[in-house]
Amino acid sequence: MGLFSLTRLAAAVCAALPMALAMAVDVPKIDLPQVNRGTLDYGLKSTPLGGGWHLIAGANADFSQDNGCNIINTGFYVDRDQVVVLNTGTSKRYGQQQRDLIDKFSGHKPVATVLALNLHPDYFLGNQAYPKESLSATKVTQKGILAESKAYEDNLFRLCGDWMSGTETASPTRTVLVDQGLNLGSREVKLLELNGHTASDLVVFDAEHGLMWAGGLVFFNRIPTTPHANLKLWIESLRTLRGLNPRLVVPSHGPVSTGIQAIEQTLDYLTWLDNRLTEAAAAGAEMNDVMKAGAPSRFHHFAAYPAEFYRNVTHLYPAYERSALGGF
Amino acid sequence: MLQYRNQFSFLLMLALVFSLPGVSWAASLELSREQLTGGDPLDSMQWPDLKTQFFEKNAKVQFDSRVKVTVPLFAEDAMNVPVSFDASALGKVTKLVVLVDRNPIRKVLEFIPLRSRPSLSFRFKLEQASPIRVAALTPDGIWHVGNAFIEASGGGCTVPGATRADGSWPKTLNRVAGKVFDANTLRNDARLRVQVSHPMDTGLVAGVPAFYVEQLTLSDANNEVLAHLYPFEPVSENPLFSFDFEEKPNGPIRLTGKDNNGNKIDAKVGL
Repeated sequence: MGLFSLTRLAAAVCAALPMALAMAVDVPKIDLPQVNRGTLDYGLKSTPLGGGWHLIAGANADFSQDNGCNIINTGFYVDRDQVVVLNTGTSKRYGQQQRDLIDKFSGHKPVATVLALNLHPDYFLGNQAYPKESLSATKVTQKGILAESKAYEDNLFRLCGDWMSGTETASPTRTVLVDQGLNLGSREVKLLELNGHTASDLVVFDAEHGLMWAGGLVFFNRIPTTPHANLKLWIESLRTLRGLNPRLVVPSHGPVSTGIQAIEQTLDYLTWLDNRLTEAAAAGAEMNDVMKAGAPSRFHHFAAYPAEFYRNVTHLYPAYERSALGGF
Repeated sequence: MLQYRNQFSFLLMLALVFSLPGVSWAASLELSREQLTGGDPLDSMQWPDLKTQFFEKNAKVQFDSRVKVTVPLFAEDAMNVPVSFDASALGKVTKLVVLVDRNPIRKVLEFIPLRSRPSLSFRFKLEQASPIRVAALTPDGIWHVGNAFIEASGGGCTVPGATRADGSWPKTLNRVAGKVFDANTLRNDARLRVQVSHPMDTGLVAGVPAFYVEQLTLSDANNEVLAHLYPFEPVSENPLFSFDFEEKPNGPIRLTGKDNNGNKIDAKVGL
């Protein structure tokens, strides 16, 4: 009896474990892009995430001509008679191919809103493919895009070459009012304007389906990008997101994740980085010393390590140094 | 006609090559490479020219790996490329010069380490990917040159700095922030880090003349001079320098100097 029940228990546990794992990891199988560099085809694929939402995944990598510089996750929502688009990718060509995909899927329903979640180039350089009046962002992001877009275009033309041909900034002019939420057509979802990754980081949260479009605030298995970052504000924002208890989180870069796993991982990295830079500045370390020391091994498997970590240090360390030296 | 001449010279070259003994084909190529780069370990054809421009005609100049030059894997921010060098392995060094092959202004700074180590960290503006050289003069009159290569997208020298672009530089011009740090687990030396508020304009941005800190002197509480530094246009906006000392100097340390418009710098950095 004893032995029998033990075996049964073991069998029960073995049967239950994969089920428990499957419950915890109910990420849909994500279709990744099939890039053709010769024909400049991004090979975009959409994956349904439930509740009317669809993901168009990018590569979890650094910008390169081989991946078409498509490293961003964009998305769309199809309602009864309209479509909402989140982020439009790095180029006019991406925007066009994204729109073709969405049009085919929706049967050419009108695009009511195109929302850039922050000011970074891969969030809005595909805007040319959409009606001008649909292009939306927060006031702060609009201002940022006006100030930075020329430099973005130059930099991406240099990095991505032919993929960029014909790309010009179409600045969003419709202002998002966060209090009013995001109107999807037949329903509304929550909008949060947080900061820390940039001065204005929009998050779309569909509470009904537990789905969070976390924009630039969350990275998963990828070193976060920091050209406009303030780590302390960013860490605060992630705590806010953690409090919302999402079921599924779509980061702008990296794979979709369940629960708060990706939020916790981003928090872990940024908290480590903030402490590391503070200690280094207090010890009088030079920027090259900080880069050479690297990050702990738990971050080494992240995509874009160490290059993006070096960029983090370049972007962020000067402010830590200034405060350690007492300022002018 | 041009076509014909090309073919002719090609045939002539072929004839020459085949008339030479077998070994010398490779050797003659190598010799020409050697001539083109002056034996530069980084294979830069600018090196012979750089040498003529910045060293006396009969100067003894040799490459020496004891002059360690540390740069990042790539220059993420071409306006602020961090460089650290250390020539301590040479023993006494009387003067150091930092040169960048492919910058429109090639001389970055001169450094005379009287009581500091012959090591320094700073940031500079890089116009394009380039070798960087640190030449250290020893008392026997020999220049020892250390090298590193910096990958960059470039544009650093011809873009205005942040405080020039937003016009905020006059508010804090020539103010100094700084601190002395004890030796620690990462570093056997005490370190002084000083930052001077200055736009460091290269003169290569349209309508903005060259405006840069050109001389700095560090002295200790007993008025003993610790080091002289002569920065040039390529040094980054709000320049930040790290000096290393075997023994922590007697503070407070005084930093004096001037920019090329004659504005004075005079500040004490506490301990």
